[in-house]
Amino acid sequence: MATKPSSFVAEQTHCCEFKTTLFLSLPIFLNLPINLSKHLLFPVPAFPWFGMDIGGTLVKLVYFEPKDITAEEEQEEVENLKSIRHYLTSNVAYGDTGIRDVHLELKNLTMCGRKGNLHFIRFPTQDMLGFIQMGRDKNFSSLHTTLCATGGGAYKFEDDFRTIANLELQKLDELDCLIQGLLYVDSVGFNGHPKCYFFENPSDPESENCVKRACCLDNPFPMLLVNIGSGVSVLAVYSKDNYKRVTGTSLGGGTFLGLCCLLTGCETFEEALEMAAKGDSSNVDKLVKDIYGGDYERFGLQGSAVASSFGHMMSKEKRVSISKEDLARATLVTITNNIGSIARMCAVNEKIERVVFVGNFLRINTVSTKLLAYAMDFWSKGQLKALFLEHEGYFGAVGAFLELLRTTDDL
Amino acid sequence: MTERSSHSMDKSITLPPDEIFRNLENAKRFAIDIGGSLTKLAYYSTVQHKVAKVRSFDHTAKTEGDPLYEISMQEEVSARLHFIKFENAYIETCLDFIKDHLVNTDTKVIKATGGGAHKFKDLIEKKLKLRVDKEDEMTCLIKGCNFVLRNITHEAFVYAKHADSEFRFQNTHPDIFPYLLINIGSGVSIFKVESEDTFERVGGSSIGGGTFWGLGALLTKTKRFDELLQLASKGQHTNVDMLVKDIYGGSYGSLGLTGDLIASSFGKSATPDKEFSKEDMAKSLLHMISNDIGQLACLYARLHNLTRVYFGGFFIRGHPVTMHTITYSINFFTKANFVRIFFLMGSSFFCLIHCYFFLLYLDPNQYSWGENYAGSSGLMSTSPDLNPMQRARSGTFDMLEMDRLERQLVNLPLLQDPSSYIPDTVDLSEDALAREYWLYCFEEALDGVVKRAVASQPDLPEAAERAEKFRHKYQHKLQTLRHQPFAYGSLTVRSLLDTREHCLNEFNFPDPYSKIKQGENDMALKYFQKVVKSLEELSWEQRQFALVRGLLAGNVFDWGAKAVSEVLYYSPLFSIERPWLVDAYDQWLERLKGPPHKCALFFVDNSGIDIILGVFPFVRELLCRGTEVRSYTVLPLISEKLSAVKEDRLTLVQSGSSSPCLDLSRLDKVLAGVVRERHVDLVIIEGMGRAIHTNYYAMLSCESLKMAVIKNSWLADRLGGKLFSVVFKYEVPPGHKTTTLDHVPVTPS
Repeated sequence: MATKPSSFVAEQTHCCEFKTTLFLSLPIFLNLPINLSKHLLFPVPAFPWFGMDIGGTLVKLVYFEPKDITAEEEQEEVENLKSIRHYLTSNVAYGDTGIRDVHLELKNLTMCGRKGNLHFIRFPTQDMLGFIQMGRDKNFSSLHTTLCATGGGAYKFEDDFRTIANLELQKLDELDCLIQGLLYVDSVGFNGHPKCYFFENPSDPESENCVKRACCLDNPFPMLLVNIGSGVSVLAVYSKDNYKRVTGTSLGGGTFLGLCCLLTGCETFEEALEMAAKGDSSNVDKLVKDIYGGDYERFGLQGSAVASSFGHMMSKEKRVSISKEDLARATLVTITNNIGSIARMCAVNEKIERVVFVGNFLRINTVSTKLLAYAMDFWSKGQLKALFLEHEGYFGAVGAFLELLRTTDDL
Repeated sequence: MTERSSHSMDKSITLPPDEIFRNLENAKRFAIDIGGSLTKLAYYSTVQHKVAKVRSFDHTAKTEGDPLYEISMQEEVSARLHFIKFENAYIETCLDFIKDHLVNTDTKVIKATGGGAHKFKDLIEKKLKLRVDKEDEMTCLIKGCNFVLRNITHEAFVYAKHADSEFRFQNTHPDIFPYLLINIGSGVSIFKVESEDTFERVGGSSIGGGTFWGLGALLTKTKRFDELLQLASKGQHTNVDMLVKDIYGGSYGSLGLTGDLIASSFGKSATPDKEFSKEDMAKSLLHMISNDIGQLACLYARLHNLTRVYFGGFFIRGHPVTMHTITYSINFFTKANFVRIFFLMGSSFFCLIHCYFFLLYLDPNQYSWGENYAGSSGLMSTSPDLNPMQRARSGTFDMLEMDRLERQLVNLPLLQDPSSYIPDTVDLSEDALAREYWLYCFEEALDGVVKRAVASQPDLPEAAERAEKFRHKYQHKLQTLRHQPFAYGSLTVRSLLDTREHCLNEFNFPDPYSKIKQGENDMALKYFQKVVKSLEELSWEQRQFALVRGLLAGNVFDWGAKAVSEVLYYSPLFSIERPWLVDAYDQWLERLKGPPHKCALFFVDNSGIDIILGVFPFVRELLCRGTEVRSYTVLPLISEKLSAVKEDRLTLVQSGSSSPCLDLSRLDKVLAGVVRERHVDLVIIEGMGRAIHTNYYAMLSCESLKMAVIKNSWLADRLGGKLFSVVFKYEVPPGHKTTTLDHVPVTPS
């Protein structure tokens, strides 16, 4: 069971460095007049509080907006901190590509003695340099905050942060963050509702009976955690800090979008999903019944099962007449089924019955969530249960954010 | 369907009938497997060919000068399976061709399997006037796979891209179960096979060959599967795929994921303003699919606790990029080396093979079968980049022929470890120098073989013409092997000899050496009594050495080796002075002082001076010591000569093969029974073909004696000796108890 020694060592080194920087910035804390005693007992990091997850395709950012700012505090608040807060909380879109998922906002959280709301923001990784430049322009480094970042980009862009914006990143392991973030969000709930859901009657994804039902992850362990970002990681999680990465696949959200762009000329994930929602994959995929004329009973294969993804596209006539919507749908179904199949095999191999799917591939993607629910249920004959979470892709960022607070608590 | 296909049919396609539908006029029964893109046709035919039959005369009342036996050519009818694979586009042309050439069949039925069977049912019934009878595809597949794994040597191979030889072939073994079969057709099916009749489809995936083809055609506007593969082999997937280093800037150290690992297939193509090359996209797609299949294979292997995984189906097609990625993927996903993966050469024939047996109504395992190298087109003939020459000759047709062997073949029970036994000493597909030498050697010798073949049939005027056809065919095979050493599996001296024999048989030259041998035998027999007598006059110790010497001397005088004929005629001085290149004579002599062996198994040549004046006196001595002898050879005649001396303690068994090499994993089942029953405790292997080209390193569980004179200067050089160096290898398995001192197995320096 892999707790990973190397990353442990790395974390501890970070802690030490962090304490030094915090010590040097103590005068700032002392200047803050509110709840002084409390903050001296439990020092909290300087605002702004961010957690960042820089993935292959998307950057996920969570921002804690303090709602308990007193008048004095507001007076003392440095100008650019204020402007950051106003900029982030009064807009829902930033630049051309940044978006705040307002519906996910977690309200009235208490963290390190502060009350506030947690905001969820994302923008494409290709705009990362623009973001770093903005950090420089807004003189972010003067705020003496620590930027906790996870995901591959924390490593890839570390130098850019340092040289362009004079910012040091505290790099965190993405799988650690993912799990901590998920467990935290699950524990606080979704503004009074459970944040986890599953599908009732998954065996018939097309029908109206297949509906979303909320549920709680009361006793979440063990669980198989399938994180579908650009690629896919599959983790077996046995407790808060005991997990292992079982496997992964390169056929993930990036593959769906990449293939869709090539096949249909679409430009965004939303566009691709919109097309897929209208399409019919059976015009693209060869089904069992296309080959055998019906079910293949000897081996329990239904006629409607896909025998060969894109199999019809071997024929030139069919290639010429196929619609973009059908192609988008087939791409989505192919990728989703494959992930479902790998997840199911891992669940059986690891003897885990609960499979939790997260990651931004599932955002606004009911086709995939229903299909995954169906695949888990059907192939395991009801043994496996697929669970989903409303905050799909943000857990890494939440985990990074928690790390910011946790390291401070340790002081 | 019918209408469309007849419109699109290219009527100008001409089939080279000699090569493709061989022996069609004698075809008895048919089976057809129509897949999504390829059709595989099988038929069973009878082949008439000449065999050399020996008739001994009653020589109790023999007068001086009479021949001892007579050799006559007889027509014999044997069974052969023909398999042909072609693209579905050719199906109508092929059916027409069959209809026109089919004369001798009495069958009313054609067995059919595969998804396409129901589509083409009407067409087949109309064209051939045969009723289409459908068989379950998956069952055919598994039964076919079992059959092929048992009967085609080197059907399965391991692929290693950067090794000296990219292909490492697995020998045939009777124990093939349990295994996991990953069949990659349009989709992927995964089977767990536990025994001949116990198997199940444990899973599958829709991402398979059809996905590569369909999606590839969409992305690259390239129509044909082979062209797509070609594109892929030229591409750079890193331009299209998002790698770990694209996300991390380097590796993801804590998880041990290297920077070059694909994090997201096609992850870089999610951008509207970039163009991607066809080659790069095809490569990325191939990687995506191969990796995915490899990963699933691992998951299933682990779930079912199986360590042997076979990959087959049209997607593999011997394509190096595909095999490399799958191998890489499996190694990556398993980390530990617990899964052994193999690729299957003729795998798309499987279905058919079994289908065919349904129609024969016989148990496929009742007989053993052997691949006929003369009629098979070999591996990868459809992969144009790998084999441009073959493709130019027979287009998109692949062929496989199998002959029914007279006996069922099994392992010699005395092999120490049957699963690791490899008969051949040098794998020429791995050893480029050796390959070059031997291919040259066989090409050089071809003239002589042709001449002797003609000479062996002086009464048949068309023999010369046939011999030329033989020359052409064998020369072409040698050329193919030069370009593509792994065309028929591992390339070895044995396979070169077998191919030559198959080609000779093909053109009705069953035994070009028969005349020479006959003369030789007659002559040698006249001297036999004299030799025996002079041996009896020697002291025991002198006699033992003389026997070995005689055997080795006899070994030099066998036919075919060029150097020997030169020595025979130009340099009569030939001495066998010790110490030999490999010399365990002292140990052997020591052993002879101990108790006699219970039963000896002696693998010898067919006939000639070699056996009569060399082997027989040696055998006679063993018999006198009280050892039973089972001799494995071709000619039965002389048994009478010897058994007259020593009642029934000598048994001679025919091998049925005229190859001078020996595969101890494919021996007559009856012989294996005798070995067990008689508790054979000594195996003697004699001759260069049996003891050096093959079995030199074979480890047996009883005492063994391997003797040969190296009659080839190149080989002698290789083994560190000179021309006519002697190998006398006496081996005792570790821990073996004899009454004499323990002997250390001797290996050459």
